[in-house]
Amino acid sequence: MKPSHEPGRMLVVDDNRVNRLLLTRALEQNGHVVATADDGKMAMEMLRASPFDVILLDIDMPVMNGFEVLEALLKDDDLRDLPVVMTSASDELDRVVKCIEMGAEDYLVKPLNPVLLRARVNASLEKKRLRDQQRKLFRTFATPQVAEQLLREGFSLGGKYVTASVMFADIRSFTTLSENQEPSETIELLNDYFALMFDPITGNHGTVNQMEGDGMMAIFGAPVFHEDHRAQAVRAGLEMIEMLETFNEQRVLQGKGRIEIGIGIATGRVISGYTGTQNRATYTCVGDTVNVAARIENHTKVAGKPILIDQYTREGLPDSMGVEDLGELVFKGKQQPIRVFSVQV
Amino acid sequence: MPVIDQKIFADLKQMSGEEFINELIETFLDDAPNLLTEVRSALGSKDADSFRRAAHSLKSNAMTFGAMKLADLAKDLERLGKENRLAQVGDQLTALEEAVKSACEELKGLKS
Repeated sequence: MKPSHEPGRMLVVDDNRVNRLLLTRALEQNGHVVATADDGKMAMEMLRASPFDVILLDIDMPVMNGFEVLEALLKDDDLRDLPVVMTSASDELDRVVKCIEMGAEDYLVKPLNPVLLRARVNASLEKKRLRDQQRKLFRTFATPQVAEQLLREGFSLGGKYVTASVMFADIRSFTTLSENQEPSETIELLNDYFALMFDPITGNHGTVNQMEGDGMMAIFGAPVFHEDHRAQAVRAGLEMIEMLETFNEQRVLQGKGRIEIGIGIATGRVISGYTGTQNRATYTCVGDTVNVAARIENHTKVAGKPILIDQYTREGLPDSMGVEDLGELVFKGKQQPIRVFSVQV
Repeated sequence: MPVIDQKIFADLKQMSGEEFINELIETFLDDAPNLLTEVRSALGSKDADSFRRAAHSLKSNAMTFGAMKLADLAKDLERLGKENRLAQVGDQLTALEEAVKSACEELKGLKS
């Protein structure tokens, strides 16, 4: 890969004014945009306020020293991957080693050698750009949660058992709807619809892992576990219905017909993991719970209720979420009856 | 030992440019007295960590400009601070003050 000579946004953190000036000057000569902080606390405030590409960090500082900054960065999801180049005196290499162990990318010895400065800063910048690209790519094709997991744990096929809530959502009588309008209108409707439904799901820590035709499948509680994934799934469902109502009001104003959706949620053990090949894989869940969720969703048409859930999902809901017991139902292909509840919207 | 190592200073000047080296010297002339005050008051209040940090800063700047004698003296004091042996500073502080003074004078002359 070609080394990058694009300017980066640098943050120089040093309590010594001469050092700050020198570093700033050297970086600016290389075309970078530089901001400075006098100590670690100020640096953290600046890092949280605006984006930077590389930090040049002194170890010895009052208020908050370099070690403390590294610790704070590690704890911050947004800043964890930001490359840090330590700047230190030649007689404190033992402390630099500790910094590298704590996650610093590289180091520079003061007084500065401009050639080394350029090489190390550009290398860090290149790494940062690669990581950003990777993250962007992952986010385009996967959900933020899956992207984060991939970035953190790397990629491996194979699955594990987890307890999760699975949601299916479908547009009702979509076939009739699409027969009565132009294909381009159908695609536009689907795009608008999916765009609207994503927010309630991701906003409640869910992962949309399948979109097919007018249907979508989402998982709550995996790949990242959340204690109250059942309530999160139902909350997402309620917000989806709300969103749809606003969407329908707009459609009516435009002289178009309303659309209705059905949502089914079931909770239980699923096998979650990546399926596919090393080159193309998706995060998914399989198992009986997935089938139950699909069957329950299908039943919304019969029941005339927008959101149906199974008993195990219901047990995870707070009292504030009202449900109506629809009794036990036997679904096609299932031996055991399943008790179904309708969520009040 | 010369007060300012000409080779180091020339390299610094080449790297930073004529105009900027003046700004850099000005900054040091501004900051050096403050750092000395910090060293002195940290010694007075027996604050080994502040003592170490101020000596470290002086050392760092001295090395940047090639003021090697000042750098050596500051480095010794930094070590005393680090090892919590402030009682042994003695007349090394006076030597440091003199080294700062002569480094500052020399640097004033090197401004263009």
